[in-house]
Amino acid sequence: MPSPFISSRLDNEALGQVGWMFQRVGGISLGLVGFAGVLAAQPSADPERGAKVYKKCMACHMVGPEARNRVGPPLNDLLSARAGHVEGFRYSDAMRARGDAGLTWTEEALDAFLADPRGFVPKTKMSFRGLKDAADRADVIAYLATFSQAGTGSAAQEEVPVAAGFAVSDEILSIEGDVEYGAYLGSECTTCHQQDGGNAGIPGIVGWETDDFVTAMHAYKEGHRANPVMQMVTGRLANDEIAALAAYFKSLGN
Amino acid sequence: MSVNRRTFLGSSVAASVALTAPRVLADGHGKPRVVVIGGGAGGATAARYLTKDSKGAIDVTLVEPTRTYYTCFFSNLYLGGFKTIDDIGHTYGNLAAGGVNVVHDWAVGVDRAAKVVTLAGGGSLSYDKLILSPGIDFVEGAVAGWDLNAQNAMPHAYKAGSQTELLKAQLMAMPEGGTFAMVAPPNPYRCPPGPYERVSMVAHYLKNNNPTAKIIVADPKPKFSKMALFQEGWADNYAGMVDWIGADFGGGDVSVDPAAMTLTIDGEETKVDVCNVIPAMKAGRIAEIAGVTDGNWAPVNAADMSSKMDADVHVLGDASQQGDMPKSGFSANSQAKVCANAVRGALTGSKVFPAKFSNTCWSLIDTDNGVKVGATYEATDEKIAKVDGFISKTGESADLRKATYEESEGWYAGITADMFG
Repeated sequence: MPSPFISSRLDNEALGQVGWMFQRVGGISLGLVGFAGVLAAQPSADPERGAKVYKKCMACHMVGPEARNRVGPPLNDLLSARAGHVEGFRYSDAMRARGDAGLTWTEEALDAFLADPRGFVPKTKMSFRGLKDAADRADVIAYLATFSQAGTGSAAQEEVPVAAGFAVSDEILSIEGDVEYGAYLGSECTTCHQQDGGNAGIPGIVGWETDDFVTAMHAYKEGHRANPVMQMVTGRLANDEIAALAAYFKSLGN
Repeated sequence: MSVNRRTFLGSSVAASVALTAPRVLADGHGKPRVVVIGGGAGGATAARYLTKDSKGAIDVTLVEPTRTYYTCFFSNLYLGGFKTIDDIGHTYGNLAAGGVNVVHDWAVGVDRAAKVVTLAGGGSLSYDKLILSPGIDFVEGAVAGWDLNAQNAMPHAYKAGSQTELLKAQLMAMPEGGTFAMVAPPNPYRCPPGPYERVSMVAHYLKNNNPTAKIIVADPKPKFSKMALFQEGWADNYAGMVDWIGADFGGGDVSVDPAAMTLTIDGEETKVDVCNVIPAMKAGRIAEIAGVTDGNWAPVNAADMSSKMDADVHVLGDASQQGDMPKSGFSANSQAKVCANAVRGALTGSKVFPAKFSNTCWSLIDTDNGVKVGATYEATDEKIAKVDGFISKTGESADLRKATYEESEGWYAGITADMFG
């Protein structure tokens, strides 16, 4: 398939850089074949650059063979999927309703959603401000397309991308949280986070699954999420304290 | 009829006993009693958490003179036109519905030996634990020529409400090309970035409504909170409008004449159209009346915010002298939760967790241009000590500044819900 992307933007050096994203499992690299379908539609999109843009997503979303539900659903096979398609993920009512109404994640729909998540799907649980830059959106969509059967147009991907999602160990996730301690520690959170779960300006934190909560806190603590207030607050929370907070805020949602 | 009469007499006798004799204390029988004086970020939060977390096991009375409380935080945004006065007004209905006895009266006396608070309305309240969160009052004679009688001519607007509305009305009435003056306070004072956010908001208003007007700030300090951020913001957004005169240039040598509407800085008299005098501050007067102040402020133990003078009296927020935390609504709210946890433990035997404090102060410089500074703190034997902190940087992107402002709005919704239910 002729691709202006490959001929005009990817020289050999750049090809080498793309290679780091892929883990060879089948012996023959088909990664670039995979890109072609997307590239034809978005000739200027750069999945390699998209991988960097994706760092903004990875604190909540996993992608790749090990991907599973986190704060957000995994993003494998996203292209052409119906909104709210991942089994076992607790979507917002708003996102479910849009999926039921037929919203499908085409490149155009993803572009609109990523430009203004809460404008495109009001009341989505995704507390992300969006990507203002159209090139950032195109690139990250191209990156995600490499994890999508539909996006690559390849029925059998022999090249398996490395999971990029942030994750914490099962050992940390299995810590039992002390709800009473969490109630005390959580009073520090409710100075900013609205106790009724409202998320205007600052995300709601009530009723989260504990694994999601613990993962998000550790992502801040280890610098994978950017907000300086949250990095500061989580910076002095021990693992058992994060578990206590997760248990407490989960209990408030019941 | 006779039943009604007997009932009436019975309740009447009981009521008069309650008003004239000290109530039964917890070490006798009945519920332990906590009286909280001051319904702001410290007091309202403490009353709410004590009531909520003790599930009715503690009798909590909140004494606050105003029925509608206007938060000092975000009152500058009202001056700038970003919020209405109603946006920053809060009532106590949810606290009362949640089980707090809300008494709208002034506390005028504290007898620490008898553990009784007296009210301006004539009533009295007995307590096992007293929590004082009275905010600030002004040091008499701090600005030559200014006293409280001058506050209508030269408002402080540093307790939000009618004073803030007055300052805004004066700002709006300024003649074209007029002069807005501020006398900034010396350290320590409520809300360290507050005067400078106010300058920004006044400048924002003037830029849109009276662009040839000027702002003069006479400051007794050589530097101030978020100074680089504000000065960058003033240069970028309000070029040539703000003249900040710090201590190094005589900003601390100030007198005012409220009748003539003049401000004299370092011997040079200027006729001004608005003069916002923010004098030196001290703990709200009831702390002094209660005898728990040393100098201008009330020293407290960091672990539970208890007074260094009396283990059964706690002092929160601006009035307290605790160490490294700035005097802010966020700090008071943070301290209130530590205090409530300790007081509940002392009165009901509930588990007391170690003290942990935090603070973040957001300031708005111009539309969608927010900045913030924050820190975490811990209790040491000596004081509340800073652990870690951050501050916005100069030259940040417009997107980040907008996100910071939106975050501040989220915080406002969060903290006011945390205070008032």
